[in-house]
Amino acid sequence: MIVIFLLIPLSIVIAACFLGAFIWAVRSGQYEDTCTPSMRVLLDEEQKADSQFSNENKHEHSN
Amino acid sequence: METVLQPGAPRFSEEETGPTPRTHCFHCETPCATTAFRKEEKSFCCHGCLTVFEILTENGLTDFYKLSANAGVRVKVSEQADEFAFLDEPTVRQRLVNFSDDRTSRITLHLPAIHCIACVWLLEHLFRLKEGIGQSVVNFPRKEISISFENEKLKLSEVVALLASLGYEPDLKFSDLEKLKHPVSRRLWLQLGIAGFAFGNIMLFSISSYFGLDVEHFKKLFGYLSFALALPVFFYSASDYWKSAWQSLRRRMLTIEVPIAAGIVALFAQSAYEVCSGRGEGYFDSLAGLLFFLLCGKLFQQKTYDRLAFDRDYKSFFPLSVTRKTAESEERVSLSQLEVGNYLLIRHGELIPADARVTQGVALIDYSFVTGESEPVEKQPGDHLFAGGRQIGAAIEVETVKAVSQSYLTSLWSQESFRKEKSETLDTLTNVYSQRFTKIVMVIAIGAALFWWFFDSSRAVKAFTSVLIVACPCALALAAPFALGTAQRVLARRNIFLKTPSVIETLAKVDAIVFDKTGTLTAAGAGSIAFAGAPLTPTEENALVSLSRQSTHPNSARIAELLSHRTAEPVRSFVENTGCGIEGLVGGTEILMGSALWLQTRGVNVPAISASGSTVHIATNQIYRGCFILASAVRAEIGAMLNKLSEHYELTLLSGDNEREREQFSALFGTSSQLYFNHGPQRKFEFVGDLQSAGKTVMMVGDGLNDAGAFKQSAVGVAVVENISAFSPASDVIMSASMVPHLHETLRFSKGAVRIVKLSFLVSSLYNVIGLSIAASGKLSPIICAILMPLSSITVVAFACGMTAWLGKRTFGSSSQVETPVRPKGNQSLLTSAATTMREAA
Repeated sequence: MIVIFLLIPLSIVIAACFLGAFIWAVRSGQYEDTCTPSMRVLLDEEQKADSQFSNENKHEHSN
Repeated sequence: METVLQPGAPRFSEEETGPTPRTHCFHCETPCATTAFRKEEKSFCCHGCLTVFEILTENGLTDFYKLSANAGVRVKVSEQADEFAFLDEPTVRQRLVNFSDDRTSRITLHLPAIHCIACVWLLEHLFRLKEGIGQSVVNFPRKEISISFENEKLKLSEVVALLASLGYEPDLKFSDLEKLKHPVSRRLWLQLGIAGFAFGNIMLFSISSYFGLDVEHFKKLFGYLSFALALPVFFYSASDYWKSAWQSLRRRMLTIEVPIAAGIVALFAQSAYEVCSGRGEGYFDSLAGLLFFLLCGKLFQQKTYDRLAFDRDYKSFFPLSVTRKTAESEERVSLSQLEVGNYLLIRHGELIPADARVTQGVALIDYSFVTGESEPVEKQPGDHLFAGGRQIGAAIEVETVKAVSQSYLTSLWSQESFRKEKSETLDTLTNVYSQRFTKIVMVIAIGAALFWWFFDSSRAVKAFTSVLIVACPCALALAAPFALGTAQRVLARRNIFLKTPSVIETLAKVDAIVFDKTGTLTAAGAGSIAFAGAPLTPTEENALVSLSRQSTHPNSARIAELLSHRTAEPVRSFVENTGCGIEGLVGGTEILMGSALWLQTRGVNVPAISASGSTVHIATNQIYRGCFILASAVRAEIGAMLNKLSEHYELTLLSGDNEREREQFSALFGTSSQLYFNHGPQRKFEFVGDLQSAGKTVMMVGDGLNDAGAFKQSAVGVAVVENISAFSPASDVIMSASMVPHLHETLRFSKGAVRIVKLSFLVSSLYNVIGLSIAASGKLSPIICAILMPLSSITVVAFACGMTAWLGKRTFGSSSQVETPVRPKGNQSLLTSAATTMREAA
């Protein structure tokens, strides 16, 4: 039964990781709109290329 | 890329014009009134749509049309180049922009025209259309876009103009300026997440004790671990309950939060004592579970609110900016900068923002917002204009005589009853029950404690806390939000939108209904049009449609609509005599259309015609031809609805219109109802007040701003709208016009929903009786607590939701998707779109 002293901290650490991920997701605004991403995913290939492009664009300008 | 957005010369040729089959616009799918706008074998209804198509083609964004069958939004062509210039004023800009530094700014705008996946795609590709735009992210359910752009390359007004040029004109209302941007429900999500995390993990530690597998040294460890996990739940997740319980105690009221808070405190204190003293593990699992369920209920409630939130603030009726005339130029200024004595230019369709005097031009003011009278009133230079009127026809110049905050409409709105919030928090079902409930629980808790004090004093404290723990009215708190929230969703699916779920409780109490006429019982602009006189020949009809399309007057627009199958011909020497009629030469024939009086002054013999409704008289080459009679039509099935309603409710008709149509309505309403005409907003307001002081719960059903006073005075204000995205007056309920005949079912459904809430209370009290009998005996164990509390919550939620959804099906029929939500096409009325098309063609 001594193994339980290893398992308990382990389970808590893993659970805390998930909680941390959840908190990060909430803070980054992912729970504010749960509808549009489901549409966006259907607009795939070009969309990805574009957003990269726009990010690069932005990067360029900020330099 | 810049140049693309300049509205270039339309690429069409006049030769293509001719009698053609009816085609639909390639961009916005509205039927084309003209064939003037063609490109690449595709037809367009107007210059705006054609321009958008060209912009998209040149930027390789034609996928837009493949994504959705009706992707495009009809574009309203701006009449001024600097329409949005006021947005660049530092004060306005600062309030609108979410974030701004030296290089970039970020703004969130509400775009009512967002309606399909193609909109999302196009709006997230804005950076391809204009240099300087960074990322744009659409929030589809809220119809919002968040755009970042570079300050050096773009001005805010240019960003807004870009959106407008694509047909997505932002809804820039006053309330946007004053609204505080708050992270909607992040805090609630975090509270819920932490409660759920603690709930799951504490359960894990508690399983051994549920099955009696207690090992002594683990028990202590698990106890402390649970304690540690419960701390954030107690201090963070439950913090909103502390606040509201404290507030209601300070106001000396027993709202539902008080027993909840008492239960949580008792639960926490008892558990902490047990763990620290080494007696047991406490009830931390129940504590975390309880909060998890409570917060789930709260989230459900908030989601429902969010989806249906609408603005009750009257200021959103007013335009955000007006054109101010100075000695040398014109400028767009925001309303807050307006001062007494400013000269304003009011164009066709614009609202008069403050009481004013006409200085130039003949004003034709549509006061239907203010007085309910649908026919425009003519005002000469020097005449006084009231705020809230809408100019129809040619532009006028006015001088403001009062500040915006002092004017007529504001004074109506700021009457006593407007400031007083309806006491929604006091008499809701939940609070009535929780008052009784709390008292009973306190009596039982003290009784149990006293009983054990005398017989077995060691059990007294435990019995006291156990009663508080078990009686925690979790189920009670969940019943109403879930039942009424579901009811709200059921109604929303049928295009009836409630301000808050508690409106249903008020709806169930209604015993008197007051109706407005124009736009509520009658359909605005959709009445019958008849021609009295010898039948018109096709040539004459062509001439009439050509002429009537030149004018933006509502009557002209309706006649043009009636004859829209005819071909428009060129009109020469067109004159619009404001308030009288229009005249012009079509193919050598002189045509006069207008009022009888005006035709007589032009030397035409007009016979007397008695008709209900407005009349437009026609004369060709000075010879009288007949007249159009434009009646406002009563909506379908209104008679049947009024019949059903009159059995249970006291019905009244209050109209701002004149008595022309009294007979028609007295037949509809039957003998038991009262009909009043010539009632302006103030008299409507007073009438509702009188009914209420006679002890009635009044529901006011109306359409316009003119009913705002009566809406607020009445227990429930129901606004009937033709197009949901276009108009939302201050009211408790917004109802699609097509649902007006189902008013009776709606009221019956509300009553049923309230009955379900009461039944849910009964179910939850059954659990409480079982729980309390165990608790009062002082034998409450963590496992009973852990089973009983979630079980009661879940059954109550399932019961409330299931029963309400079933009731909705039974009341409205199972074809739940009867109505597809009205597709927003911007805030354009038939009138302005006809006017735009016409201006393009001319």
